Amino acid sequence: MGLVMPDFGLLFWMVVSFSLLMWLLKKFAWKPILQGLAAREDSIDKALQSAEFAKQEMLKLQAGNEKLLKETLLEREKIVKEAREMKDSIVREAKNQAVIEANKVMEETKAAIVRERAEAVNEMKSVISSFSLEIAEKILKEQLSDNKKQKDLVSNYLENIKLN
Amino acid sequence: MLKASRIFLIISALFLLSFGTVNAEEQAIAGHEPAGEKFNASKLIMEHIADSYEWHIAKFGDFHLSVPLPVILYSRTSGFHTFISTKLHHGTESYSGFRIGNETSKYAGKIVEVATDGSEVRPYDFSITKNVVSLFVSITLLLLIFLSIAKRYKENYNRAPKGIQSWLEPVILFIRDDVVKSSIGEEKYQKFLPYLLTAFFFILINNLMGLVPIIPGGANLTGNIAVTMVLALITFVTILFNGSKDYYMHIVNAPGVPWWLKLPIPLMPFVEVIGVFTKPFVLMVRLFANITAGHIIALGFYSLIFIFGEKSAFAGYGVSIVSILFTIFMGLLELLVAFIQAYVFTLLSALYIGMAVEQHEVHGEKGH
Repeated sequence: MGLVMPDFGLLFWMVVSFSLLMWLLKKFAWKPILQGLAAREDSIDKALQSAEFAKQEMLKLQAGNEKLLKETLLEREKIVKEAREMKDSIVREAKNQAVIEANKVMEETKAAIVRERAEAVNEMKSVISSFSLEIAEKILKEQLSDNKKQKDLVSNYLENIKLN
Repeated sequence: MLKASRIFLIISALFLLSFGTVNAEEQAIAGHEPAGEKFNASKLIMEHIADSYEWHIAKFGDFHLSVPLPVILYSRTSGFHTFISTKLHHGTESYSGFRIGNETSKYAGKIVEVATDGSEVRPYDFSITKNVVSLFVSITLLLLIFLSIAKRYKENYNRAPKGIQSWLEPVILFIRDDVVKSSIGEEKYQKFLPYLLTAFFFILINNLMGLVPIIPGGANLTGNIAVTMVLALITFVTILFNGSKDYYMHIVNAPGVPWWLKLPIPLMPFVEVIGVFTKPFVLMVRLFANITAGHIIALGFYSLIFIFGEKSAFAGYGVSIVSILFTIFMGLLELLVAFIQAYVFTLLSALYIGMAVEQHEVHGEKGH
């Protein structure tokens, strides 16, 4: 049966040319094709991964932003509150200080008034005494110039002593 | 959507080609019917599927339209001879002691050297026959296709596939992922991928070229036992050189088998050793038989036309309608077989290699 008997010539050519084909394809076709496919798969894989990563980052960033916003609002409130408190305390202190100052001034004024009055009274006393002495002197000089009057006076005094 | 329409185009183109087979084969059959001689279907079919020293295209009356091919011979007595096949006049004449063996000869259809005592001696025949030309054409085609594709991957692998690349890339990926990787395993498949990819596309392109009736198609290359033998031998040698220690230990001492099957008569090792050889043998025969059978059946349907035509012209015309329909059907079936056989050869080669390189033992899976 010629059909199932392999031909030597065809066997020879097949071995030679198939080996050549395999070598050429392996070196110049399969290597770049398979490497290219693997590299493409790798790059697609990486792209998907980085997209996922970017998504996560975005979410993180968004969450961070929200947190930051919230913190900022809190901070603002706190600052405003502090400012208000500070204002209140300053005003209060100022008021207190003013009251204290006013009181002090008032007291000093009172003390000065008292002192001044006392001085004035003292001065008045001395002036009045000197005036009265002068008057008394003049009166005495005038009275004692005549005897009658001296006698009246003495009698007057005596009368007064009696009354006492 | 684009993909679907492209596939449809390819299928319809191949359908037209198989339709083309019809007409060309009809011509060839008509040419093989000399006046007064009875139509010989088996001779026609055998001539068609066998190798030839010339590429016969058609015959008009007595005129043969054929491409002569170079004959290269090495004789043990007279050394190298190179001449063109027209010198042999289609086997009717001898040239410098060589002639084509006639039908009664042991070497029917092959070039023989006539010795001094009249006996026929077969020289070493390196002739560029029809099948060798077909082999060269298919290899050139494969190189053209895949080197041009490879260029695109080398330039920029990140670009989307274009043209024939987009048609072949899924096939390459399918072979890589679903055939080779799944059979051999993630760690070792890369070593065997170039051979298996080459084998797949070589078988596929030759199967398809065998379906195209006009030159340079139509040679029954993958239906030739020498071709399938070389392919099977490469798988066999790959298995032998890459077989793991486990694989060889499994042959000598199959685990899970009762000891009395191994001693004193080594029955199991004997069966296992036969199994080593049957695997590539089956690969060789399957491809050869499938492709040859397809050609025989298609030609058989055509021969029916002429067998009936010899009885009566009307019967011949009547049968031709049925025959053509059946041959179209066969052509489509062969188209399917072309893909299936390329796939099966690659898958089984990958499975056998996978079983051989595996480190751990697998039981109950011999894959015959």
